[in-house]
Amino acid sequence: MATATTASPLQRAQARLAYWLVAPATLLILLIYIVPIAMVIAASLTDYTLVSDYFEFVGLDNYRRMATDDQFGNALHNTFVFAVMFLPAAFVVSLVLAIAIQERKQFRSILEVLYFLPVTSTLAAMALVWAALLDSRQGVINGVIAALGLPPLNFLGSQDLVLFSLALISLWSTIGFNMVLFLAGLTAIPKNLYEAAAIDGADHPLDRFFKVTWPMLGPTAMFVAITTSITAFKLFDVVAIVTRGGPDKASEVYLYLAFLEGFEYFNMGYSAALSLVFLLLILVFAIIQAVVVDRRVHY
Amino acid sequence: MAKLSLNGICKSFGKTAILKDISLDIEDGEFVSLVGQSGCGKSTLLRVIAGLETPDSGEIRIDGARVNDAAPKHRNIAMVFQDYALYPHMSVAENMGMPLIMARLPLHARLPLLRHLAPAHARERPGIQRDVAEVARKLRIEHLLDRRPAQLSGGQRQRVALGRALVRDPKIFLMDEPLSNLDAKLRVQVRREISELHASSGLTFVYVTHDQVEAMTMSSRVALMQGGSILQMGAPNTLYGNPDTVDVARFIGSPEINILPGTLEDGVVRCGEIVLPIAPAAGGGLRSGPVQVGVRPEHMVLETVPELAYPARAGRGLSLTFRKQTIEDLGGEVLVHGRLDGHPEHDVRIRAQKSEAYGCGGSLSEARDWEVRVNPAHILLFDAGGMRLRAEPVLADDHAEPAALQGGLRKKLDLV
Repeated sequence: MATATTASPLQRAQARLAYWLVAPATLLILLIYIVPIAMVIAASLTDYTLVSDYFEFVGLDNYRRMATDDQFGNALHNTFVFAVMFLPAAFVVSLVLAIAIQERKQFRSILEVLYFLPVTSTLAAMALVWAALLDSRQGVINGVIAALGLPPLNFLGSQDLVLFSLALISLWSTIGFNMVLFLAGLTAIPKNLYEAAAIDGADHPLDRFFKVTWPMLGPTAMFVAITTSITAFKLFDVVAIVTRGGPDKASEVYLYLAFLEGFEYFNMGYSAALSLVFLLLILVFAIIQAVVVDRRVHY
Repeated sequence: MAKLSLNGICKSFGKTAILKDISLDIEDGEFVSLVGQSGCGKSTLLRVIAGLETPDSGEIRIDGARVNDAAPKHRNIAMVFQDYALYPHMSVAENMGMPLIMARLPLHARLPLLRHLAPAHARERPGIQRDVAEVARKLRIEHLLDRRPAQLSGGQRQRVALGRALVRDPKIFLMDEPLSNLDAKLRVQVRREISELHASSGLTFVYVTHDQVEAMTMSSRVALMQGGSILQMGAPNTLYGNPDTVDVARFIGSPEINILPGTLEDGVVRCGEIVLPIAPAAGGGLRSGPVQVGVRPEHMVLETVPELAYPARAGRGLSLTFRKQTIEDLGGEVLVHGRLDGHPEHDVRIRAQKSEAYGCGGSLSEARDWEVRVNPAHILLFDAGGMRLRAEPVLADDHAEPAALQGGLRKKLDLV
């Protein structure tokens, strides 16, 4: 402490107390976040496998492997295809729902609960329900499609459709949460801005949206966009339960590959490297949020 | 410039009636204040005029044309909101240009991205910028045009809100407590600026406030509202000097008027033991019954220095014994709280020049009795229900010297 020479005994006692008070939290953060990350960094530099205690340091070999690994390329591709379908829908659908529900007087709370319900359910269990609904032969959804006189769709068994189906399930589980975020953002917009807009002549729904709602929703929209992006990139549980990466690796997404490498193929070192790259990706989003949101979207 | 008339406006929210059969006419170029305590319906009435609320019944006419079903933008009105309601994400110039963009550009030329393809956007933009700059110059906010509302002080925001209202060249200017978010000093300054704006623009102004001083100083007429009805509407001085009800008398004037119980017997008004030198005007109806006697604090004059305070001489008017209790020093003036003889339960306030109070002898903090004099012309008489009873001074000799009345009148003007 630079000020130790000038600090009074009281100040020094308070400083000591401060360290004691933050100690429990510091310990927990170290145990839960910092130490595991450090261990993953260490593991990513080795050829450690789950089946053998023997390992040696291989430097950046695991990272070099990614550049040439077809599985990695495939997983990256699948993740981005999924994100491209899922992200805009998760954003736009929940925003439209939020605005529609916000303007309702009756049934507002009932609708809010209904849309939020999927968020409270256990996705692992619900994924099984969706697998049953989307089944190519006995699934209810194909029953409806057949009743309409259309050919059945193999939602989970077709390489072209499986990512779409996963996006659909993820959408179902996310829009309620995003909608509640948007609703909170909408509620925070002062009502008299709309009144001022009405007097200024901006009473067309499009004007109301573009002149008031959308700009005022900036911080919320940014937050939803970032969290939804992270949700998209960490898609795992539905894949693990419903498709197991199939058919023919068509739904093998980033985190599922990291899981396969680590716990199915026992390549812990490579898996750790994959996880770290994923962590960096998430970090980039977090930084974007911190920088852009703080600088541009606040007034 | 426009004439505004309301006829039988009623508005309820759920089971609560907010406006009860409001009718009023506002002439071209008038400055009318709607004043009353919060919850009296004044803001709702303004919002009905603006078109932000639809009345349950009644008619709104602007220049004779019924506008009940017209959208706010078609009523040719401008409104300044209490907290200004500036768009926080827009610069001052964009805020002020908003009404012009809405009026001059078609929908497709206002949408993001698409507007860059619209010829109208490029064509109208310079004109809009020019008009905004002109109003900004008038309000002396040109140097602020590129700033966001968050970077402005309260007074500057207020001006921007005025600018956004002015830029559209409205017929009627509506203001909803526009000064309540400003500090006291700025309030006085902006109050004057609004008065000047009214004078120079010649527009019809409707101004909502809970502050009777604002209403009195700025308006050509004041409508005092209570419980969803207009109690009295008239020139500020009429409301002050000639209130129709005790509620009007209580609301207008600061500090509040002193009201004491009295009785009326065969045309003789008593307040406690004292017989007041007034009588109900002929044909006033009530001859006997309980009454309320009102005297404004500034009309109770300390007796010791009659030549300074009041032209009336001893033996004229009404002389009362006042037991001083506490004194509020207002700078040049003092507000003295105390009791009148015979009314130990009623707090009576007297407003006087500090020199007058010192002239009564002794230190200000010392408790002692003062003689207080009241010109009978200043006594306001109300019946038990609060309705005004017209009364006239009854004096043996001729006391109602013009000088005395004028002295009182000058005091009124000092107040307002």
